[in-house]
Amino acid sequence: MNLSEKEVRYVADLANLRLSAEEVPRMSQDLGQILTHIEQLNALDTSNVEPMAQVLFDADETATLREDIPHATLSNQEALVNAVSSGAGYYKVPKVIDRT
Amino acid sequence: MSAPTVLPALTIAAVREGLRKKDFSASELATAALAFAQAENPKTNAFLTFSPERALAAAAKVDAEIAKGSPIGALAGVPLGVKDVIVTKGVRTTCGSRILENYIPPYDATAVARLEDEGAIVIGKLNCDEFAMGSSNENSAYGPVRNPRALDRVPGGSSGGSAAAVAQGTALVTLGSDTGGSIRQPASFCGVVGVTPTYGRVSRYGLVAFASSLDHIGPLARNVEDCATVLHAMAGRDEQDSTSAFAPIDDYHSLMKYPVRGLTLGLPAEYFEGLTSETGSLIDAAVKKLEGLGCEIRQISLPHTKYALSCYYIIATAEASSNLARYDGVRYTIRTEGGTLSDMYRNTRGVGFGAEVKRRIMLGTYVLSAGYYDAYYKKAQQVRTLIARDFSEAFKGVDAILAPVSPFPAFKIGEKVDDPLAMYLSDIYTLTGDLAGVPCMSVPCGQSSEGLPVGLQIFAKHFDEATMFRVAYQYQQATSR
Repeated sequence: MNLSEKEVRYVADLANLRLSAEEVPRMSQDLGQILTHIEQLNALDTSNVEPMAQVLFDADETATLREDIPHATLSNQEALVNAVSSGAGYYKVPKVIDRT
Repeated sequence: MSAPTVLPALTIAAVREGLRKKDFSASELATAALAFAQAENPKTNAFLTFSPERALAAAAKVDAEIAKGSPIGALAGVPLGVKDVIVTKGVRTTCGSRILENYIPPYDATAVARLEDEGAIVIGKLNCDEFAMGSSNENSAYGPVRNPRALDRVPGGSSGGSAAAVAQGTALVTLGSDTGGSIRQPASFCGVVGVTPTYGRVSRYGLVAFASSLDHIGPLARNVEDCATVLHAMAGRDEQDSTSAFAPIDDYHSLMKYPVRGLTLGLPAEYFEGLTSETGSLIDAAVKKLEGLGCEIRQISLPHTKYALSCYYIIATAEASSNLARYDGVRYTIRTEGGTLSDMYRNTRGVGFGAEVKRRIMLGTYVLSAGYYDAYYKKAQQVRTLIARDFSEAFKGVDAILAPVSPFPAFKIGEKVDDPLAMYLSDIYTLTGDLAGVPCMSVPCGQSSEGLPVGLQIFAKHFDEATMFRVAYQYQQATSR
């Protein structure tokens, strides 16, 4: 199984990841190798097997619901403390809409 | 007390006794532990950040309780190191990544808060593979950790700093995280005890998410009892993590003192293929020892083991690609500008993430992308069911399962760094425990002819950490005599 450099660039785009010109062929080779290994799963017949999304244990259906009581959360100031750029209680990002 | 000579041999019980007899105060111990860790750290690079202010404030609190004659917590005065993927309020938490270089969390992980409530002293944050992705600690943006037992070798990963600090004696106990073997494998490489509890046993609140359905927080220490004490103190339901379990927490300490005579231990054939002969002989000897203590040894099969690596690298990377989407140059400390918002995202992530993290985000994005979801992700979830079923079937006939932790002992720094698949294969015996969500641990069982530690892995039933600790404790007692 090989992943072409075109496919690598497409997936990088989906993942919002800038890859350098050197990273693309390397990624194509590494992912190809891993995907080839993963192909072994096709040998298993899983047509009647339920997928497992989570480790589940016996508990009441509503066991994880809490009482609807307000409680303190992080303040606006605390939540913004690691922001690269903020102002007036908001995150600041580069301009999204260009008014021309 | 003479700190440098005493610290590497301290146990939780010895700290308790020392405080009780007033041989030292918690503040004196914290000061000595910090000075020792800071002086020794350049040898291994295990600690990334020290937290003297937080440590001394916590120690002063313990001393005040002692002065008042109040009862002290189970971990009073115990120097604790925390893996840098677990958040600590006001103390830099990098996840071993450049993208969180200056991240100062505004809150504490539940596990850390609970240990501090019991008097533990957080002395600093420990190096690890970036976002806990790796098996050698070579993927840290802050340099590799060296194995204290052989400085030219890796400590294992991803909790490499957590294992190295315990082995080196610069922390008495540490917290690690385990998604595919990241506590047990470094514990085995460094010759310490490392525990991955049942999924849901310890709250993940404040554990920076890698693969949420597989992530665990667990303790590392030099002996089984200290691991049990730490786990007991942080285990249990937490409203902040809806996957944390309500299951009652056993009194590990009294239960582990029961002899193992009469327990049935399973040996899965699939875990004895492809390991080095020295590792195999050491595991055989450990099994014989437990047989000598009166355990019945039974050959078993966990037939889907060989599919675990493929299953794991689909599920873990899929979840990671989603979890790591939040690092976008907006909320967390670094940004690399570009023309548009989208360029800024791409540039920030391209510069901020290391090679292995990018590889896993790419793989995870690919397996979740349109047209591939059923072929990869759903298929892997179905295989996960089969792997979990292997364990539940096996546990109908045995109380615990014994296996090696890793096919080989610690390898040389740089040896596998250019071959991702070879690196992944060092986790083949540990991935299954996380996929099934069963408790498992590594306990030292001797060393190779080159003096490299080897770990025995013990698996138990969901929420039956008590039996796992009992086997490990009785084994450690029988071999330390």
